[in-house]
Amino acid sequence: MVENLRETRQGEVLFTDYTRGESVKKALSMERQDVLFEIKDSKLKGRGGAGFPTSTKWMLTAAAKSEEKYVVCNADEGEPGTFKDRVLLWEYPDLVFDGMIIAGYVIGAKEGILYLRGEYEYMLPSLEAYLEELRKDNLLGENICGKEGFNYDIRIHLGHGAYVCGEETALIESLEGHRGEARNRPPFPVTTGFNKKPTVVNNVETLAAVTRIVEKGGEWYKTHGTDKSTGSKLLSVSGDCEKPGVYELPWGTTISELLEKVGAKNTKAVQVGGASGVCLNKAQFDRTLGYEDVGTGGSVIIFDESRDMLKVLKNFMEFFVEESCGQCIPCRVGNTKLLEGVEMIEKGEFTFGYINKLKDLGKSMQVSSKCGLGQSSPNSFLTILENFKDEILNYANGGRNGK
Amino acid sequence: MENKDTRAPKSQQPHVVPKPEHPEHIGGSISIEINEKKVVVPMGTTILEACRNEGIHVPTLCHHDDLCVAGVCRICVVEVEGMRTLQAACAFPITAPIKIKTSTTMVRKARRHVIDLMLSEHYGECYACVRNNNCELQSLANEYNVDHYNFGHVKESQHEVDDSSYSVVRDMDKCVLCKRCVRTCIDLQEVGVLEASNRGDETKIATFLDKDLADVICINCGQCINRCPTGALHEKAVSDPIWEAIEDPTKHVVMQTAPSPRAAIGEEFGLPAGHSMTQELNTAIRRIGFDAVFDTNFTADLTIIEEGTELIIRLFQALVEKKEDVALPQFTSCSPGWVKYLEHFYPEYIDNLSTAKSPQQMFGALLKTFYAEKIGVDPKDIVTVATMPCAAKKYECNRPEMNDSGFKDVDYGLTTRELAKMIKEAGINLPEMPKSHFDNPFGDASGAGLIFGATGGVMEAAIRSVVEFVTGVKAEDVFERANVMPVRGFDGIKIMEIPIGDQVGPVPELIKHLVPNWDWLKGATLKVAVAHGTANAKKVMEDIKAGGELSKCHFIEFMACPGGCLGGGGQPIPTSPEIRKKRAEAIYAEDESLELRKSHENPHVVQLYKEFLTEGPCGHKSHELLHTHYTKRGKYIA
Amino acid sequence: MLVAEKNALTEEIEQLVEKYGKDRSALLEILHEIQKKHRSIPDFAQQEVARLLEIHPVEVYSVISFYTFLNTEPKGRNLVRICQTISCDMKNKQAVVNAVERELGVKIGETTRDRKFTVEYTNCMGLCDQGPAMAVNERVYMKLTPEKAVEILNEVK
Repeated sequence: MVENLRETRQGEVLFTDYTRGESVKKALSMERQDVLFEIKDSKLKGRGGAGFPTSTKWMLTAAAKSEEKYVVCNADEGEPGTFKDRVLLWEYPDLVFDGMIIAGYVIGAKEGILYLRGEYEYMLPSLEAYLEELRKDNLLGENICGKEGFNYDIRIHLGHGAYVCGEETALIESLEGHRGEARNRPPFPVTTGFNKKPTVVNNVETLAAVTRIVEKGGEWYKTHGTDKSTGSKLLSVSGDCEKPGVYELPWGTTISELLEKVGAKNTKAVQVGGASGVCLNKAQFDRTLGYEDVGTGGSVIIFDESRDMLKVLKNFMEFFVEESCGQCIPCRVGNTKLLEGVEMIEKGEFTFGYINKLKDLGKSMQVSSKCGLGQSSPNSFLTILENFKDEILNYANGGRNGK
Repeated sequence: MENKDTRAPKSQQPHVVPKPEHPEHIGGSISIEINEKKVVVPMGTTILEACRNEGIHVPTLCHHDDLCVAGVCRICVVEVEGMRTLQAACAFPITAPIKIKTSTTMVRKARRHVIDLMLSEHYGECYACVRNNNCELQSLANEYNVDHYNFGHVKESQHEVDDSSYSVVRDMDKCVLCKRCVRTCIDLQEVGVLEASNRGDETKIATFLDKDLADVICINCGQCINRCPTGALHEKAVSDPIWEAIEDPTKHVVMQTAPSPRAAIGEEFGLPAGHSMTQELNTAIRRIGFDAVFDTNFTADLTIIEEGTELIIRLFQALVEKKEDVALPQFTSCSPGWVKYLEHFYPEYIDNLSTAKSPQQMFGALLKTFYAEKIGVDPKDIVTVATMPCAAKKYECNRPEMNDSGFKDVDYGLTTRELAKMIKEAGINLPEMPKSHFDNPFGDASGAGLIFGATGGVMEAAIRSVVEFVTGVKAEDVFERANVMPVRGFDGIKIMEIPIGDQVGPVPELIKHLVPNWDWLKGATLKVAVAHGTANAKKVMEDIKAGGELSKCHFIEFMACPGGCLGGGGQPIPTSPEIRKKRAEAIYAEDESLELRKSHENPHVVQLYKEFLTEGPCGHKSHELLHTHYTKRGKYIA
Repeated sequence: MLVAEKNALTEEIEQLVEKYGKDRSALLEILHEIQKKHRSIPDFAQQEVARLLEIHPVEVYSVISFYTFLNTEPKGRNLVRICQTISCDMKNKQAVVNAVERELGVKIGETTRDRKFTVEYTNCMGLCDQGPAMAVNERVYMKLTPEKAVEILNEVK
């Protein structure tokens, strides 16, 4: 089974000591708008990758007029190379669920839903048991912690193996019993979400951060990270390094610093943000992680000199061809075309003209796909072809090893 | 029918901001810019609507005026200032003062890419396609100057053609996954046979468990065909064996034409919607080589007599004889899509269906008996073809019980589209044809038969006759110019009450043997309803099940297709509320222009009862030839 | 399917609908339970779910076919899923796949003749720091070697 390393983890914001319910009690002693103000002050942005200001999302949902509202915690962590939510849910359920309760209080929801990816079904019994404890402690249920009228509970909804459900509107479709196909926006979930009710959808890590912000204040939170990227970031590090795992680092850390920390040697490339992220080469290792430079949902995959970047790209494109929901044309057919292009390069049967056409196509996909999946799936195609031009060009001369 | 939001089941309602009813009350209008031109639009208008109102063309594909928003093809993308990505014009409701650009380089490139991608997996060539010259993908390719395949073109068929159904052929090699058929089948018709299956590059439109269309509960309405932008869905063609029969000197090949094809076929020859071509079509059909051409309206008139008599019998049994198991309300049975819908979804109500066959099938049975005898031709040598606005008619004529003449009563059901192709293939330009009448012994029929083509038409025809039968008062004296306005128009469900009053007339000769007098109807109120599109039919049926208002009706007209037959699945493509309205206008105008506008006054019908159906309506011979039975099919798919 | 089996299935689904409600949003939970018990969602069950939730059978089928973890055709009693995504791939997942294929005598995507195992690829399981990873039913296994993988399979056997 998956280990629990809570005792040994190090970090400044999330990976520190916390007693269950503390932040909830503090939030409940405050006015809803004061909690919102604290979060606004912290400048917290969504940790799923898109980086939308959390306070704005909450404010819009709180302001929406409806008897019924929902908090959804997006634990459909499916981005290749990402496993930080696994660690949070497994080791820090207190931070996550307290964040969900606070969200429920602030926006005026009666129900929170944890959308847990099907791959994490093994966590279900322990998470259910944990929720039971919260109910016993009156952190869930009626008049929570003595707060008259605050009735709130959390249920867990299991995913069934579809990467696209990490997209918030696809996730809502899935919750409603449909295919996980992204919706047209506007309207946004903040006004028209689950069952057409105002819904706030937050990443697991975002909610965990909320718990800390409520506990220690927005001012304190801002002392971590940079001006535009406040706080810390959990990075899921895998690939060619000595110490893969989840690291909590302040925003503003450079790629080189990270590589050193995780014991990466002879690194040739770093994929930041998973398959839908960007692939950096050596010359770019001085770039910093943060919304102002290299934004990320947290996936960092390291490749050393022995790796064939075209094979890496092929793996990514195969992933998208399978995981596209298939409803919009740019994403469904576009990804297939990009994969075909990679296979053509692999066989050495391509023209530079055609590869340029595919790059152009990739750019169109970025702006014309219906949801984030198709808008970001060409990223690795474009960056690998650009940043590892020489290596890829080698295929023109009869394959990688000059066969 | 025209309100897309309330019609769709909850699960399928479009996720768009509903348009406020009174935009002026909430600050209402918004000033936006389209291509640097200032425009004021009501809050909630989509970018597409705003552009169309300004005469700015934005290409569309998955969008259809009859259907809810999908936003999946991405061909209608436009730039909205300040937004990182392009926005689908069809799916973007305007709620802020945005600036839109509809034709920038980025937009044009993205659209061209969408077209290139569709073409790359679109198997087949335009010149070998049923939709050649009437294909939205082809038009887009033309609009964007596609002269080569940027991302290749699939060279082998990827899907087997499903031609298991008598009515609808599915050629998924040509499918662009716009989901118009899905939205038609699930939202518009609420039949629910088609949905997307699988995911990613394996996504396709499929039936339950990917079974053949003939093995699922398709009602053959063909509405999906009307809304398919490409050749992925089309009717099962039958023109080849018809040409062969025409060529065969031993065969006597006759055609009957329904009213709706006549009101729409001009569209296939470049005329705007709303031109009736009845008499030009007669000439064209003869020139193709048919031996005779008859008016289906004749049997529509006959249907009114048979079905009306059946209703009177049911009412008499219920009201006078106090029988308890009389199935009321009586449902019309001339729409084969509706009949199959009922057999699948509400089999417990098949006794409510009129046993009268549809006009098409009545005609078939008469042609191979009465007519065969009259002209002295062996019925086995008669080939009966019916031009119908309908895909389901192809299925209907193949129902095993439809052989009461001793032969297959109707050999081929032809759609309006197929007939247009035959005419073109024969080198005939329909609009230039001289006019000619229908052939005897059935001649030209009444306007009552003609209006069968529009929703409410059967009911109006029935009312014109029943009112005269029962009260002895002329229909013209009850309804202005005998136009029964309450049952006309495109409201999804129309209800009408007809008070009989205290004055009743003598029982007409034709049905004297069935009812002694009309005294039992004195002071009664006849309650009727009309529904078109199976989604509305479902509403009616649910109301009846729940014992609601509609369960108190005596007679209900149901048509499977939105708008009635004029919006049928065999009609020219495209279709839209506007086009259907024009076709209806043409039908009603033709009705008004006729002298003969009541079924019971049709002299050929009167003659038929004298000469052939001598036991009168619902008599033994009628039952043998003109009535049928139904099957409880249910919904279970084996 | 025998009438008795059908009746039992209907009863079972009625109970699930009782538990999760008739709303469409209950669909995936109901399907999940059926899948868990029967290792697939039989035709008849799909139609019964559709009937009880008042949706069309094709909508149920459409949803099942969308999600990787739901299926209409029965699989082996034990479902082996090997992660094929990049991080596991880099940690020599291929050696594990080869060993599993050899041991069970089937290729990826196939079911053993005794219907004991079905072997499949799966996309990222979120165990990228522990690769190569594999799941047997709901249980996950990490840092696999070919030997370890075979051992696990034999334990299941």
